[in-house]
Amino acid sequence: MAFFPHLLLATLEGLVTSAVLALTALGLSLVFGVMRIVNVAHGEFFMLGAVLAWAITTAVSGHPALGFAAALVLSPLIVGAIAWVSERLVLRRVEYNPEATIVATIGLLYIIQQLALTFYGPEARPVAPPFNVRIQLPWFGYSGYKLSIIAASALLLLATWLVLTRTRIGLIMRATQYDRETAQAFGIPVGRVYGAVFALGAMLAAIAAVLIVPIQQAHYLMGLDPLLLSFIVVIIGGLGSLRGTVIAALLIGVSDGIISMFFSPTLAKIIATLVVAMVLVFRPQGLFGTATK
Amino acid sequence: MTDSKRFFDLGKSGLTRRTALKGLAAGAGLMAAPGFVRYSQAQSSAPIKIGFQAHRTGIGAAYGRWYEKTTNAAVKLINDAGGINGRPVEIIVEDDGTDPKRGAEVVGKFASQHKTDIVFGTLFSHVVVGSAPTAGELKIPYYVVSEGYHVASGKLNRWVFQPGITDVRSQVTSVAPWVAANLGKKVTMIYPDYAFGYDHRDYFAPAIKAQGGEVVAQIPIPPTESSFTKYLPQIPADTEVLYHVMVGPGVLTFVKELGEFYGSNKPQLFGFIDSLEAVDINSPGLEFLDGSHFWEGSPRYAQANDSEAMKAYRAAVGIDDNGASTTDAKDVSTAAHMFGCWETLYVIKKAMEDSGYKGPEDRAKLVEATEALTEFKDGPEHPQGDKTFNGKIHQVFGHQNISKVEGGKLNVVHRTSIEDGMYEPEGDYTTQPL
Repeated sequence: MAFFPHLLLATLEGLVTSAVLALTALGLSLVFGVMRIVNVAHGEFFMLGAVLAWAITTAVSGHPALGFAAALVLSPLIVGAIAWVSERLVLRRVEYNPEATIVATIGLLYIIQQLALTFYGPEARPVAPPFNVRIQLPWFGYSGYKLSIIAASALLLLATWLVLTRTRIGLIMRATQYDRETAQAFGIPVGRVYGAVFALGAMLAAIAAVLIVPIQQAHYLMGLDPLLLSFIVVIIGGLGSLRGTVIAALLIGVSDGIISMFFSPTLAKIIATLVVAMVLVFRPQGLFGTATK
Repeated sequence: MTDSKRFFDLGKSGLTRRTALKGLAAGAGLMAAPGFVRYSQAQSSAPIKIGFQAHRTGIGAAYGRWYEKTTNAAVKLINDAGGINGRPVEIIVEDDGTDPKRGAEVVGKFASQHKTDIVFGTLFSHVVVGSAPTAGELKIPYYVVSEGYHVASGKLNRWVFQPGITDVRSQVTSVAPWVAANLGKKVTMIYPDYAFGYDHRDYFAPAIKAQGGEVVAQIPIPPTESSFTKYLPQIPADTEVLYHVMVGPGVLTFVKELGEFYGSNKPQLFGFIDSLEAVDINSPGLEFLDGSHFWEGSPRYAQANDSEAMKAYRAAVGIDDNGASTTDAKDVSTAAHMFGCWETLYVIKKAMEDSGYKGPEDRAKLVEATEALTEFKDGPEHPQGDKTFNGKIHQVFGHQNISKVEGGKLNVVHRTSIEDGMYEPEGDYTTQPL
């Protein structure tokens, strides 16, 4: 295959990875930004989103698009509810202590994973995409659905940005992030905000999973990769920075696509990890993060 | 002096014949005490304990579940027919998480804690390779159902056997002539980037060369990969046959992306069913496989010419004509591999009977008895077909099936002979000390 089509394919693949990664990482970043906790179970919310998408599409008969639409709405809601409950029952009890929440979310990770294994099973199960369009380019064919993922993700990111910057809820979240105690003094119910943010973070991961599941299948161990990549993205972009997360996701996703196609996938991972190390050394707050107070 | 003399002089000391008899009686009583009773019974009716190293969790969990079902079905039949050497068989399951490190721990646990007679049932090659040294150190016979070439390569140890399923080298050697004659001679190989994939890489290339074909490209894929489109441009345009073998949850994605990449203008596909074990061949996205060919150890779909033994085996394990569970049509089995558990258990039974196996002290005898086996006849104990066993490399050889995907089913179009899969042995375990 000639250079240009090769590069085009690499870029398209990279953009799809970036799109999903940006949503997942944004969830992680939001939770860290507002609550100052590291959610190790984030990847499992991603997995839950995919598994629930399978369950919902299987339950809904008729055109695959119907089931998919139902999954896109219901799956994040259910995952959000589960996240909210675990925030109330677990994280609040350990008083958001940084070390304790890491251990607690590791525990959550295993609990969710093993429950999925018990009730869903060890198989990888496919979900039919809402539409099956194959776009034939002069050199190769490409999935129309994959292109739609990029568009959907861009819309969702825009929506999240609007919520955070233009609505009252966003204002409250930002106030809590900026200074928890002052926010509380001004009558902001910080506890409830935390619950909502944790749920929202999990919902973003679940949406990303529903988008990806028609091309990647639901599997109970699928949460690990997005978790690691999200951490990489969030560290590079700066914890709590929406803009940084999106740019880092693009950087990691597209470079991963291009490097792994022209060189090797292992090299792409090596470089991504190296970038993380460099960022940690030279700009610990991330490319777009602000130094913690 | 006098004191010591008196001490040894039985006649003059207080130790009379009556006391001596009492001592004897007490000793006999001890022998008859509960501990000893249990021991003597262990040789007659206590169960033979088989430690089943199962992939209950981790990447091999879908296989593990069906390996367990098949094992339970075989053990039930063996026990209903009187067990082994008149003793019932008990399966003790430990989950290895499909992880080599845990695998070795599990073998240790079987040997020292559960005190099982043998260890059995491992599938994933990296777990076998990780566990084999422990089995060798603890001198506990380790019967794997793994299909990797590691056992036959002679690189493991005398305690490891693979008597119920053929190895990858034999499989690829036996299908190569058919591939070259029916699909094409220019082959691109796509395989997982670890031991199991390397067996394919190392042995298929020479096998196809011997048939006048060639491997034009080899594309290893990391086992954790979840997206494959980026590898597809590496497939040379003059490829006639795409040889694919993948394991793990990413397989469906792989096939789907292949379909999107090629459309209708595709090369011939030849795959190993390992890619699609436990996956419904009619899943969305797999339409692309229609008309392609697969290797199968044992056919997933019931075939018109199935033997009575095969029918009985399928019924006992509980799979329907589509190779899915009889209780849940969506629960597709790992039929191409799991027969190996069934057949391995019957090999163990035969070897234990041949050696008059009584307990762990006879483990070395059991190893020798297994090595002495040469042939397994087609029948209820070996429903997949007849096999020959090479005791020097601890590996069994058998027939392979090549199936075509037609009308949403896999139909066997070719069955290789045992000789097709033979190769020059590279090792000899029998020279190792026991």
